[in-house]
Amino acid sequence: MIARLTANVSARSWALIAALLVALLAAPHFANDYLLTILILILYLAYTGQAWNIMMGFAGQLSLGHAIYVGLGAYTAAALYVHFGIGPWIGLLVAIPVAMACGAIIGFLAFRFGVAGVYFAILTIAFAEFARIGFDHISYTGGSGGFFLPVAQYTQNDLWNLRGRPIMFYYVILALTIAAFLFCHALLRSRIGYFWFAIREDEQAARALGIDTFRYKMAAVMISAGMTAVAGVFFAFYYNNLFPEQVFHISRSIELILAPIIGGIGTLFGPAIGAFVLTSLSETMTELLHAFGFDFPGAKQVFYGVCLLIVVVALPDGIWPWVKRRLRLERRA
Amino acid sequence: MPFEIYLNVAVSGLLTGLVYGLMALGLSVIFGVVRVVNFAHGEMMTIAMYLAIVLFQALKLDPLIMMVPIAGALFALGYVMQAGLINPFVDRPEHSQFMLLVAIAIIMVNVLLLVFGPDARSVQTSYAFDSFAFGPIIVDATKLYAGCAAIIVAAALFAFFKFSFVGKAIRACADNYTGALVVGLNVKRLYALTFGIGAACVGAAGSMLTLIIDVTPPLGPQYTLLAFVIVITGGLGSMPGALLGGVLIGMTEALAGLLFTPSAKSMFAFAILVLVLLFRPQGILGKRTA
Repeated sequence: MIARLTANVSARSWALIAALLVALLAAPHFANDYLLTILILILYLAYTGQAWNIMMGFAGQLSLGHAIYVGLGAYTAAALYVHFGIGPWIGLLVAIPVAMACGAIIGFLAFRFGVAGVYFAILTIAFAEFARIGFDHISYTGGSGGFFLPVAQYTQNDLWNLRGRPIMFYYVILALTIAAFLFCHALLRSRIGYFWFAIREDEQAARALGIDTFRYKMAAVMISAGMTAVAGVFFAFYYNNLFPEQVFHISRSIELILAPIIGGIGTLFGPAIGAFVLTSLSETMTELLHAFGFDFPGAKQVFYGVCLLIVVVALPDGIWPWVKRRLRLERRA
Repeated sequence: MPFEIYLNVAVSGLLTGLVYGLMALGLSVIFGVVRVVNFAHGEMMTIAMYLAIVLFQALKLDPLIMMVPIAGALFALGYVMQAGLINPFVDRPEHSQFMLLVAIAIIMVNVLLLVFGPDARSVQTSYAFDSFAFGPIIVDATKLYAGCAAIIVAAALFAFFKFSFVGKAIRACADNYTGALVVGLNVKRLYALTFGIGAACVGAAGSMLTLIIDVTPPLGPQYTLLAFVIVITGGLGSMPGALLGGVLIGMTEALAGLLFTPSAKSMFAFAILVLVLLFRPQGILGKRTA
């Protein structure tokens, strides 16, 4: 199993992966608090991007409403913690099935009724918007006024309850991102990964070959939803406040899918590199605009939008395939 | 509640819905021909709304008359967008097109935010508080004018696609891309024209809407979503469908706002969308394609 997973990785790649890992593990000891929050954000987006990538990059199902899974995960775990005092790790055991069930409903309706392509994308938006407005009216979780987790000034890191300082959250999200990466890597090398690629490339041909496309598309939606819910739980305990307007909003869904698309859809490193490039771009721009005294509302986003535009036009496959060619990581046949 | 209230609200929803329908018509025309979903549709509408407001505040020009030059300006914007940016993306996968238009949408929203700030703006016309009484039904003058204008613009558009040579050529591109190329149509230019026409629709609808609602930059994404809901309900690519969908969603939102709470009204629009997608994915008036 291990041998199969590590086959086809060149020595050059191993060296780079090792260096990256050391850098990531050591980073908090050299970073100040500001830098640490940015690193957490990068890893968070890399993780959610990886989860979304399973659906779109691997199985070819374009979801534009992934915020619904983040939101369901976040609200489930937060409600359990606030109302029953149940910690996030146990909460995870509820949050993941809730999101998976939601994914299963959306997937079942869409795939059984033949909703595909653009229509599927818009169906996912519709569900997310439905949830957003719905949660605005659920008073059990604070409605539109927001849902807050109790916070205090922490000196001790309580890993079991995820209460503590940013450095703890950094290592938690780092572990999650690495786990997601390894999980996706294993998926791609397994039967299901090849089935997904077959479905992505040509669904009819895949079905003709005897692949139960409905079943594997459902698997993609549910795995992706469950993984995204984990990010939601992290979100709830890291930010300590949840507003339906923010958590479920379409801009959240877009934010979540920018990293894998910019980084390189369907690749393992794409989401991480996309998250890194986008977040550092955004933060650098904040600093630069501030330095030049040009920090009017909206100015940063205009430049951000222009940069996105340039990347989409210039690198249609994303950044990672281009970087890979540059670093010559591909093993020559 | 007396029955007249429902009737009044329904009529007001119907008139607003006609303007929504015109906005969605633009989206439908673009998708029907170019096969690109315009994720910057609502943002383009807010641009038109701000144009109308600037013209009104600076020159006291009525948005219903300014609708014509604003539609012209949006036509130019749409033409340039398609010719310059979107044409190379026509053959690319959906997520790539989506990214392109999202980037354009982000730029549009934030340029508006930079220029006009986050405050809501509106137009105060001399007839803003007038109303007409038809028996028990009382109709706001602004909504009546806007609804009628929407019908006129939509009728002009139908006539254009039905009778003019360019309109027929555009329909040919939509029906059979290869065939259109074979008979020597300049498809890329027709695509640009189509995007321009769709943008002009949304421009006209935007100037009408300034009579009915206040505008802020974040309104754009909301109306993009609303346009999707309408177009899919009516049938993506079907022109009468877009109008019908607009009226249906307009009335649903108005009545839901009255019967439940106004903040939950969009939920009903999305519920309708989900039902339509499941039971009639091609939309109410759409044609089923294999």
